[in-house]
Amino acid sequence: MDSVRYDREAAPPPVPLALKILIAGGFGAGKTTLVSSLSEVRPLQTEEVLTGAGVGTDDVSGVEGKATTTVAMDFGRITINDDLQVYLFGTPGQDRFWFLWDELAFGALGAVVLADTRRLADCFPSIDYFEERGIPFVVGVNCFDGSRRFSLEAVRDALDLDPDVPLVLCDARDRQSGKLVLIELVEHVARQRGEPVPVG
Amino acid sequence: MRAEAPGARHEWLDAAAGPVVRPYTLTGGRVRPPVGGFDLVAFVRATTVADGAGLPGLQPEHRRLVELARRPAALADLAADLNLAVGVVRVLLGDLLARGLVAVHQPPTAAHLPDDNILKAVVNGLRAL
Repeated sequence: MDSVRYDREAAPPPVPLALKILIAGGFGAGKTTLVSSLSEVRPLQTEEVLTGAGVGTDDVSGVEGKATTTVAMDFGRITINDDLQVYLFGTPGQDRFWFLWDELAFGALGAVVLADTRRLADCFPSIDYFEERGIPFVVGVNCFDGSRRFSLEAVRDALDLDPDVPLVLCDARDRQSGKLVLIELVEHVARQRGEPVPVG
Repeated sequence: MRAEAPGARHEWLDAAAGPVVRPYTLTGGRVRPPVGGFDLVAFVRATTVADGAGLPGLQPEHRRLVELARRPAALADLAADLNLAVGVVRVLLGDLLARGLVAVHQPPTAAHLPDDNILKAVVNGLRAL
């Protein structure tokens, strides 16, 4: 199916290419903080509304009267250039919103899984999710103040991570630190496709 | 032009009060757009059909969407700008798409991941942050 079109009509401005990166991890692991520190715009938030009728059913039309729940989604934007934008989406934390992940993950370049060493197990479901779907991801160990420092190797063992999956320390509050995690991810994506990204 | 009488606001309608109108009231209860699926990073652009048209029969939210889409805008951005739920904006955009007022550019699927040059541009762009 080749429904993707980038029309080169007469009148600019052109439609930029948007790359989607997911920021996942357990509740309180720093997802919102990371998205906020990296986004060039104010921390944006949008809501997805869940309707009872909308879940697991595709053929819904007409007027529905089911109860609705709103789920806040953090998202941020980084403009690389006029033609290229990176969108960051924080995944909803609760298990019952897994199906929203499928929409978020559709066409995603990859994901950052934030791990909190105080509650390492919280990021297991995220790791499983991306592993099962073959979506490239890196794990960022968010170093909170006062959190116990573990060696990266100990964390890797505890997470039972594939040796190819990059594992990096980061501080979600710090833009420079956060951007290194994203760079790690993009380089990992390139490596997975056998196309190393040259420096420079 | 939004017909909003000045002074009509009630003091208890602040941000903390939450939405006064239930989200899907705007869409007449519809939860699925009439046509098209819109990815969160699908870009929407107003077409020439929308130029100067009076746009009869459209709600103020439809009109604002058309205005915002004069420049290509991603669904997620539109939803944030309008402070509406993504699902609601999808339905409204579906109305506009059905009338030919906007065009939608879906992002590439995972099967068409960006090539090496694009990844390189991303890495360089991130380094420059």
